[in-house]
Amino acid sequence: MANSDYKTIVKDGLWDNNGVFSMLLGMCPAMAMTTSATNGFGMGLATAVVMAASSWLVAIFRNQITTEVRIPVYILIVAAMVTVVDLGMNAWMHELYKVLGLFIPLIVSNCLPLARLEAFAAKQPPFPAFLDGLFMGLGFTIALTAVGAVREIIGSGTLFADASLLLGPTFKVIEMRLLPSDMGVLMMILPPGGFIVTGMLVVVKRLLDLRAGKEIQMTGAHAV
Amino acid sequence: MTTSHTASDGPAISQPKMFKHGVILCLFCLGFGLVLAITNEITLDDISARAIEDKQNSLSQVLPDELHDNNPVTDTLTMTNAEGKELTVFRARKNGQVTGVAYEIFGSGYAGEMKLMMGIAADGKLLGVRVLAHKETPGLGDKIEVKKGPWIERFTGLSVGNPPIERWKVKKDGGDFDQFAGATITPRAVLKAIRSGLEFFAENKTALTKGD
Repeated sequence: MANSDYKTIVKDGLWDNNGVFSMLLGMCPAMAMTTSATNGFGMGLATAVVMAASSWLVAIFRNQITTEVRIPVYILIVAAMVTVVDLGMNAWMHELYKVLGLFIPLIVSNCLPLARLEAFAAKQPPFPAFLDGLFMGLGFTIALTAVGAVREIIGSGTLFADASLLLGPTFKVIEMRLLPSDMGVLMMILPPGGFIVTGMLVVVKRLLDLRAGKEIQMTGAHAV
Repeated sequence: MTTSHTASDGPAISQPKMFKHGVILCLFCLGFGLVLAITNEITLDDISARAIEDKQNSLSQVLPDELHDNNPVTDTLTMTNAEGKELTVFRARKNGQVTGVAYEIFGSGYAGEMKLMMGIAADGKLLGVRVLAHKETPGLGDKIEVKKGPWIERFTGLSVGNPPIERWKVKKDGGDFDQFAGATITPRAVLKAIRSGLEFFAENKTALTKGD
């Protein structure tokens, strides 16, 4: 594969074909886990690890997986990777696990990994598939962190609260209080806030793309 | 397997091919089952260590260290509460004497069940109450968490009679305890849970404190 192809994979994952803002996939964790920037970031990273690993595995076995049984095999692989991440986090990143633990199993039902396995990993060699999974996952992380940041600032007046629980005590400095605690708009932390903020950010991304003279990609999810 | 013989509509899948798909799926299941078994084996010890640490952390907040020289996490007693639910009682002892006990109490909050841990000294004084899990509204009902506000610490040192049991209610219901602006159901549920916990202690005092 040429270098320019790798560049496309990276750009597609992070921005052009972003899982949340362009394909509108993975809405369940994107709504449930974005009450704060830190939660969104952690959930995004866990998803990225699962996506990179499962894309890589599917690409390795792409010639053995027959069309008829591919869906159960994909789900099996994603579920196995989710369980590995779940157990590993419980054992070694326990503080983070207490925050995200309930939501890790949700990755299985996230349609973004499955969509990338079907659309990309099933037809590509392991390395590009790994890259695609990784960068789609990182794009997902960026999107979830952005939604979480907006909801957290408006809803609780803080930004990156509890980041030190997730990233270690050195990150205490990025925990910010931007508004007094009684000024938060509660609705932004409740489910409606998730829909409103995600919708707004989709608009922002399209405006930016329009300004840059890009064609708007809306068909990513169907371009299988 | 028999459906491929009888199915007249749709493309029929030949039996050997179907067999092959089954074998492929089976091999993948075996392979990833093995991966999971190995991961489980590697993480098993760490995970159970973490679970004990968690228990210890929540217990140390309701059973002060100076009260015991044993490990309450392992010194347990199983009882049945008024609702017929099994309850694990953690006992704090000093020189073999039970100085306090801690157990979980349950309340029905605004958005589902809440789980609390309550510590009570052998003389019936509350050592502390902490919320372990709840689904209350963030920003309103979650002030019951010690992380979000001092409300839950109000109970430490109180006992049945101080105030009298009929005043263990929120002020709105004619009791002694503050509700939150915009959230009455949550503190009401906590108080109800604490009341039931105190009653449980009163009814089972001898069994709880005799220490065998």
